[in-house]
Amino acid sequence: MNSVQYILGIESTAHTFGCGIASSEGRILSNIKSEYVPTSGGIHPREASQHHASKAAATISGALEEAGLRLSDIAAVAFSAGPGLGPCLRTGATVARTLSLVRKCPLVPVNHCIAHIEIGRLATGEDDPLVVYVSGGNTIISAYAGGKYRVFGETLDIALGNCLDTFARHLGLSHPGVPKLEQLADEGRRFIPLPYVVKGQDVSYSGLLTMASRLAGECDRSDLSLSLLEVAYGMVAEVAERAIAHTEKSALLLTGGVARSKRLQRALSFVCSDHSARFHVVPPDLAGDNGGMIAWTGYLALKEGLTVPVESSYVNPNWRLDEVEVPWRR
Amino acid sequence: MAEMRLFKKGAEAELYLTDWMGLRAILKRRIKKGYRNPDLDSYVRGTRTSNEAKLLSEARRLGVPTPVVYSVDKRNCEILMSYIDAQPLKRFVGGMDPEGLALTFSRVGEMVGRLHKGGIVHGDLTTSNIIPYSGLLYLIDFGLGEHTSDVESRGVDIHLMRRALESSHHEVSSAAYLSFIDGYTRVMGSLSEPVLKRVDAIRRRGRYVDVSHRKGE
Repeated sequence: MNSVQYILGIESTAHTFGCGIASSEGRILSNIKSEYVPTSGGIHPREASQHHASKAAATISGALEEAGLRLSDIAAVAFSAGPGLGPCLRTGATVARTLSLVRKCPLVPVNHCIAHIEIGRLATGEDDPLVVYVSGGNTIISAYAGGKYRVFGETLDIALGNCLDTFARHLGLSHPGVPKLEQLADEGRRFIPLPYVVKGQDVSYSGLLTMASRLAGECDRSDLSLSLLEVAYGMVAEVAERAIAHTEKSALLLTGGVARSKRLQRALSFVCSDHSARFHVVPPDLAGDNGGMIAWTGYLALKEGLTVPVESSYVNPNWRLDEVEVPWRR
Repeated sequence: MAEMRLFKKGAEAELYLTDWMGLRAILKRRIKKGYRNPDLDSYVRGTRTSNEAKLLSEARRLGVPTPVVYSVDKRNCEILMSYIDAQPLKRFVGGMDPEGLALTFSRVGEMVGRLHKGGIVHGDLTTSNIIPYSGLLYLIDFGLGEHTSDVESRGVDIHLMRRALESSHHEVSSAAYLSFIDGYTRVMGSLSEPVLKRVDAIRRRGRYVDVSHRKGE
């Protein structure tokens, strides 16, 4: 009974198809991903799902090989069931169902946002942090209370990463745009006023994106990048500060793809030192979407018996973080 | 200057207990934030200070109890206002019986309805910003408020209240929210319908909605 279990996790909510393997001891044995990069513009859901379908087999065998395991060693298959883009989610779910049927092992649906939180908790060892989860698709301030992750703040329109990526494309920067935006910002000198929109504990980025894009032809690119990042990150830092004051948590965890931003890390560590809270960032290789976080969260859910029969293993593109029971935190 | 005692250190501001012409008063000072660019920081603190001072007075004219503003110092981002000697609503919600809860939140709803009908949104509705005192409910912290009658801004206001209930009072959030909506609708009448529809739409947003895909919504 005490032998080690291996869980295979499939991630496919947006541009990344990932497969990772986690052990019941909390080790990520492998974490392979393949990213869909649009030839122009933003993510196209159907093209992304076609990319995922074409890369699935190689990604999964790569993850098994790197972990030194065979499919028969896998105790359960976990998959991202939402939130995300419908066509992408369905591709990942189809792959996961197939593996579960072939292997005759349990199938575990995982909420993508919760996986970003759980992998951060695992990697940093911080048990009960206030979570700042920022990525291309989500901007959420959350903390655990009474059986669920509660949402204390979120975006009212587009996500932080979406705002930054879209603006980077507008400047003609190639993918990935955010690091290049940050480099430009380091050379910026003059601050250009841009819409700073905080409502309660929520933020709004659409006005900021529109205004910055409009000014792109008239202003210095470095100044504009500096101003956009300062405003965008300042808003997150402010709502994080409000949430940490309100929840009185003693630690903050920064997770999600945008967690790699040094400038954002700096802003949030400022907030933490003002409130005597510990500051943690998810390691860079676990920041973006990945299968390892799905595998690990799948293990936590499997322990609680949260499996689903293949015939009712639906995806939910609008699955809110705060709808999910997390009995492993009780 | 009268003697000042630090009374509360919030996320955004420090509150000092002091007096003004022999009356007990609160000095609210918005403090500098090291995580923001200095130019951005003084802009944010300055506009919120003048905004709050204006809206506190205007809200009272609409029949929403608020502290009385004695003076504003825009340069130092300070507001001097009357002191309400009571705890915020947040502290009482847990101990309320169902009738008390329903009555209180329907009154909160009516209050927000009066505000919205008068062309103001609060921008930060939480149970920490409502103070029950001498039979009235006082509304404070108008720094994020606006003059607007937009369905979107009103919807965001209600959404914030709903989420504050869910995150801080999850045991009673549904009952409290229903009573809140009751009171709000009583005051707003048919104007509440598009707002409540928008509240549901706002809730579904923010996740993988690319700007280009949203235009058709």
